Amino acid sequence: MKLNLKINSETKVFDIDIRDTLIDVLRANGYTSVKHGCETGECGACTVIINGTAVNSCIYPAIKCEDAELITCEGLEKDGKLSILQEKFVEMGAIQCGYCTPGMLLSAHALLMRNPNPQLEDVKDALSGNYCRCTGYVKPVDAVMAAAKAMKGAK
Amino acid sequence: MSEVINEFKVNTEELRKKLTEVGKNKRKVDGDKIARGRAQYVDDIRIPVDKLYHAKILHSPHAHAIIKKIDSSKALLLEGVLGVFSHENVPRVPYTTAGQNYPEPSPYDTFMFDSKVRYAGDRVCAVLAETPEIAAHAIELIKVDYEMLPAILDMREAVGNKTVIHDERDSTGIFDKDKNIAAHVKAHMGDPEKGFKEADHVFENEYSVQYVQAAPVEPHIAVTYYDENDRLIMYCSTQVPFHSRRIVARVLGIPVQKIRVIKPRTGGSFGVKQEILVEDLCAMLTHLTKKAVKLEYTRKEEFNSSRTRHPQIITVKSGFKKDGTIVALSMKLLANTGAYGSHSLTVQCNTGSKALCLYNTPNVNFEATIVYTNLPVAGALRGYGGPQGYFALDSHFEECAKKLKMDSIELRRKNQVKVGEELSLTKALGEGREGFMQILRTCGMQECVDKVVKDLDYYNKKKEYDESNKKSHIKHGIGIALAMHGSGIPGVDMGAASIKINDDGSFNLLCGATDLGTGSDTILSQIAAEVLQTETSKIIIYSSDTDMTPFDVGAYASSTTFISGVAIAKAAAQCREQILKTAAHLLGEKLEDLYCENSAVHSKKSKKSLSYQDIALHTLYKEDQYQIIGTGSHITYDCPPPFSAQGCEVEVDTETGVIKLIKYSAAVDCGLAVNPVMAEGQIEGGVHMGLGYALCEEMKFDAKGVMTNASFLDYKLLSTLDMPEMKTHIVETFEPTGPFGAKSVSEIPVDCPAPAVANAVEHACGVRIYDLPITAEKLLNALTDKK
Repeated sequence: MKLNLKINSETKVFDIDIRDTLIDVLRANGYTSVKHGCETGECGACTVIINGTAVNSCIYPAIKCEDAELITCEGLEKDGKLSILQEKFVEMGAIQCGYCTPGMLLSAHALLMRNPNPQLEDVKDALSGNYCRCTGYVKPVDAVMAAAKAMKGAK
Repeated sequence: MSEVINEFKVNTEELRKKLTEVGKNKRKVDGDKIARGRAQYVDDIRIPVDKLYHAKILHSPHAHAIIKKIDSSKALLLEGVLGVFSHENVPRVPYTTAGQNYPEPSPYDTFMFDSKVRYAGDRVCAVLAETPEIAAHAIELIKVDYEMLPAILDMREAVGNKTVIHDERDSTGIFDKDKNIAAHVKAHMGDPEKGFKEADHVFENEYSVQYVQAAPVEPHIAVTYYDENDRLIMYCSTQVPFHSRRIVARVLGIPVQKIRVIKPRTGGSFGVKQEILVEDLCAMLTHLTKKAVKLEYTRKEEFNSSRTRHPQIITVKSGFKKDGTIVALSMKLLANTGAYGSHSLTVQCNTGSKALCLYNTPNVNFEATIVYTNLPVAGALRGYGGPQGYFALDSHFEECAKKLKMDSIELRRKNQVKVGEELSLTKALGEGREGFMQILRTCGMQECVDKVVKDLDYYNKKKEYDESNKKSHIKHGIGIALAMHGSGIPGVDMGAASIKINDDGSFNLLCGATDLGTGSDTILSQIAAEVLQTETSKIIIYSSDTDMTPFDVGAYASSTTFISGVAIAKAAAQCREQILKTAAHLLGEKLEDLYCENSAVHSKKSKKSLSYQDIALHTLYKEDQYQIIGTGSHITYDCPPPFSAQGCEVEVDTETGVIKLIKYSAAVDCGLAVNPVMAEGQIEGGVHMGLGYALCEEMKFDAKGVMTNASFLDYKLLSTLDMPEMKTHIVETFEPTGPFGAKSVSEIPVDCPAPAVANAVEHACGVRIYDLPITAEKLLNALTDKK
């Protein structure tokens, strides 16, 4: 069957099976930033944004995305330039192995979309569903705080 | 014996200031592609074959059983199934999954498939099919008849048990098969017996540590295929591509020459990918069927069937003089390696050589007995025996200080090994054999302690809480712990690299060193750039491809910066030498008048300059053409220890036992940090892993030895919400044996959190927990018992 959606501002039609999870459809169509780490919605590596909300795509039925607006990590940059959030992650050492990074970026991006002035606790809360085994979360949390500040300055 | 590197030495603040690439927070070379979601991990690689087949493993549900029959008839009838593979149709070769140097100091007690299963999670058979769904369905259709055997589920019951776990005849290298002892080691210095006799106070306690997992977010994965040259190509998420190639070649019975292992980006590994866990089978299926095969663990398989930290029961005994001088120290371990002996000897050797060298004790005794049980298999995990040893030692020292009525920091300071002194057990305890005596050259421990004491306001808060804790059931405590680790395995670890110049003055750096997420690709590029006096961005690094890059043992034992880093520096120095010689010829000047700076050669005399681009264009196209290329390899018998002091403040609710982390401070002397921000990241990540070890991470088993919490819902990792406010410090020293003064940083941070938390909890509520993890339940029970 066909799935119509908007992904990273592009209109797309995907061939899917009714049983497909969203992660399988995305990865099969080249959105390999979407990572799988647990298949049960616990680790957050597969996080994508659906209609403004960060969602674990490994337990999300693809079919539910008809007409939805999706953002994956591939869609965060603009005109080939890193977004402020991505830039802060690279610059501030928030990336180590990077496997959890796309999911973390999207959880943070979703937060900043709905709350451009987050407190530290808001950031920790937004990233609490993204397991990272490398960083101890110190630098990712700092990077999101710095991005929020820089984005305010950029406006 | 000791090789002091003069060329890349930074030993003064003045030289430190001259560095332009090393010691700076250079941008992570793979950071942009990761942030853009473009980094290619094994599962993201598109291989050049028409069809990829999928393998799935049937794991044993039983802890110990003989496989009487595997009925795969129904599975084989399923459309899309290519075959079912088991001990019945796969060659039997004893090997170890431990990706260690050849010959591996771990027993050859593992088989790709066997007619016996030795733990719940062991391999029974595998299916190869057209899709993962078909493979999974086929697994369900396979019927296995088992003859149940009694299982050993408690390490205390292993030695001399009637049940023998490795009763097969063809395994080798096991210390005592009949007694279920995988390995045994004994070492001593001085006369421990006499030391204890002469002591005014002797203290003894037993500590124990649990089964935990590395839990990298990317599970184990391999993709293998035969290319058009009939060579076996293996994409693996591995720390040890060269060991993986050698071990797989042996298991498959094909020459190393036939195999190419490529490590793309790796999604975390922490030691658990120093194991040949999926690529052996994946490669075997490709070899037998000539198909391209993918084999990937699910999270459940990662929990049940990968590797763990060794559980240990540790008895520490110490003898002190009245003034607090330590005169004898003994550590006896019983360690559980699970069903197979991967890293069994060496992890436990490391517990001794790391934990027992921190305090300068004239009489030391160490003994470890590593036993088989019918439980999951232990192996390499960040810290490699260190976290176990330091939980026991640092808890013990805190207790001794209390009994001696001394300040515990003062007791540690008084006894700590000092610069110029020998590290007592390093000769006796090497990599499963005799090692090399180490002399301490640099130590920033005092500064580390000072930082932590200041962050926590240690002495004031200790007093303050002693008072306030009397008034409330919400109590606060402060605890500190110290550790030292190593930098690589002396006399064993070797890294190599090559560097060549390109037309535009950029350089290709090829190295075997394996970036498993730590950032070593960046750090090694910085080292190359510093030696070449160019920018890090001019270095194009390509690492860990057994066809394309020089050899490296891989990323383990905190060796990459310290060992591979020098190999890269040597290759870069050779390259630089050739650049200078060419420039001397072109400028008609003497070599000694020339120097490199800003990607160019300059003359002190004539003040003339030639850019690297000019030089490259000349050597590649103009006259007596040749390639400027340098190679280097490095081995060393030095293993300088990094040092760490860490401390925390906890809040304990004595009515519920709940422990809350309030504040954490970690300081590490890692020599000169090549990239300080990345080094901080190593410290913060290591502390995170150590805090999980301290408080909540634990694999649990039912009465039959089956893991009961094999998911992230039930096996608790600390999230952002669980982490305390954290302060991280790098205390710089200039290690003369390391590249530009560097020592290691990646493992030491994991050694301290558990004892720091245990000491803080004890300070808060007066109860010491001797077995990890320190859960609310355990603490509440202990508090109740105390009443």
